[in-house]
Amino acid sequence: MNATWSRFNISSIVLGFAFLYLPIVLLIVFSFNESKLVTVWGGFSTKWYVSLFHNQGLMDATWVTARVGVISATVATVLGTLAAITLTRYTRFKGRVLFSGMVFAPLVMPEVITGLSLLLLFVAIGLDRGFFTVTLAHITFTMCFVAVVVQSRLVSFDRSLEEAAMDLGAPPVKTFFQITLPVILPAIISGWMLAFTLSLDDLVIASFTSGPGATTLPMKIYSQVRLGVTPEINAACTILIAVVAIGVIIASIANKRREVQRQRDEQAAQRG
Amino acid sequence: MTNIAAAACSSAETAAQLPTRLAKGFVDRLVIIIPYLWLLFFFLVPFIIVFKISLSQTAISMPPYTPVLDFGDGISGLFAGFRELNFDNYTWLTQDALYFNAYVTSLIIAGISTVLTLIVGYPIAYGMARAPATIRPTLLMLVILPFWTSFLIRVYAWIGILKPEGLLNQVLLATGLISQPLVILNTYTAIFIGIVYSYLPFMVLPLYSSLEKMDYSLIEAAQDLGCPPIGAFWKITFPLSLPGVIAGCLLVFIPAVGEFVIPDLLGGSQTLMIGKTLWNEFFANRDWPVSSAVAVILLLVLTVPIMFFQQAQAKAQEQGK
Repeated sequence: MNATWSRFNISSIVLGFAFLYLPIVLLIVFSFNESKLVTVWGGFSTKWYVSLFHNQGLMDATWVTARVGVISATVATVLGTLAAITLTRYTRFKGRVLFSGMVFAPLVMPEVITGLSLLLLFVAIGLDRGFFTVTLAHITFTMCFVAVVVQSRLVSFDRSLEEAAMDLGAPPVKTFFQITLPVILPAIISGWMLAFTLSLDDLVIASFTSGPGATTLPMKIYSQVRLGVTPEINAACTILIAVVAIGVIIASIANKRREVQRQRDEQAAQRG
Repeated sequence: MTNIAAAACSSAETAAQLPTRLAKGFVDRLVIIIPYLWLLFFFLVPFIIVFKISLSQTAISMPPYTPVLDFGDGISGLFAGFRELNFDNYTWLTQDALYFNAYVTSLIIAGISTVLTLIVGYPIAYGMARAPATIRPTLLMLVILPFWTSFLIRVYAWIGILKPEGLLNQVLLATGLISQPLVILNTYTAIFIGIVYSYLPFMVLPLYSSLEKMDYSLIEAAQDLGCPPIGAFWKITFPLSLPGVIAGCLLVFIPAVGEFVIPDLLGGSQTLMIGKTLWNEFFANRDWPVSSAVAVILLLVLTVPIMFFQQAQAKAQEQGK
């Protein structure tokens, strides 16, 4: 196997990863640039980070984004997990085809369509645009991503564990919380994180569904980017990247540790 | 005597099970109904509203359209509404060549970008699938990680690189490869680069998962029988990875057709794509009925690829079991 991992394979991976990471690395490097020009290096400085924290508009937007992200990701995780259970466990009910269609279609639906249609719904039912409507919109499109992540874990789930618990007299709801939930928890956590970052990231749907009082960070960044590239935006982006990267790394370490623990438990069980 | 006791026992058992079973039926129904209703109301109903508003007239008010088909008026109101339905917005779309061009350009750009993403992504996925099993999870995480960082930021990062006085031109001028800065930003080339870059993980992941499952002894067998490596690739590897190719291409193509951020930030005002047209129609011209009509047509154009995608998803789900 190692012998076939040829020079071609290694170079395609190295080039591919360089392509994926170089723009992000450059962006981070130039956030520490003394010069106001983003592309000319004028020495190391953290002044853009300082000015960032004095930018009240940006700080407000960050706060709105964080709240929308946490609330929408949490609700979307509950709804998405229910949808995943429905997709994997209930293979026969009326309207199942429509249901799976509604779960999968938002994954590829162009954001302009989702944004416009949700906005028109909110106008039709007389909801004022603002924090609440952005949150509802984010729940709707992120829950489908959660459903797909959780579903892929449920498909490989060994159902005999649940059957054993129920044979021993555990009611279904208790079985779910004591057996099923702990097993699929890693998928639920990564579903939550995916929903949170998608919400953090979204410009188009938020622009359609948000109102005057609820400008999110991507909307703020977008309006500044249109005026030109500045080191201050680089600094804001760098902080955002750092937050997400730290979250992902912690989650994957925790996941790995749990996996190792699980394997150890299984081995212990086999030894009896 | 024992029979009676057994009967009593079993009836006691059913009596005890009955509430549990009822509860289970209720919980089952709740599990299905909650996400179902949510998606019906926030995903399906909005499309019906978009369709309805695309048939109404533009008005200078808030909301800026005259509603038709008010379902509150009952049957007679419905019929009156049907007579008032107007397809002006759709006629408008066919009369102005701008919209037709925007649809066609979007489909062409998305198509070319999808092929480019496949060409860039395939060697990466192949290299990952053939990597030693111990480092594969790390490689996988490295592909997924950029996906977690903001889409907007990743597109923004390219502005600094592609600008006339940007980093790419600085490097190329310094090495003497070019004598004049290249104009890349605000052209279709910049859009291609942006789409390939942003959507690369969507292509690599399905490709990787189908290539990883492949039995490589097939290729060894082919080579033992005298098949050249390239021939073996086209005859064995590529056909076996076809499900991944199809899934990856659909995941890139469908959202790319309606892409807004990339053409807006990298393509400048000269380039034409339908997502941007819809955005401008809505935010700049405040013409909700026309932007709804644009959305309806876009959705119709994408119906076939979306149905392919759903079928592929359902099939993958079946195989997972």
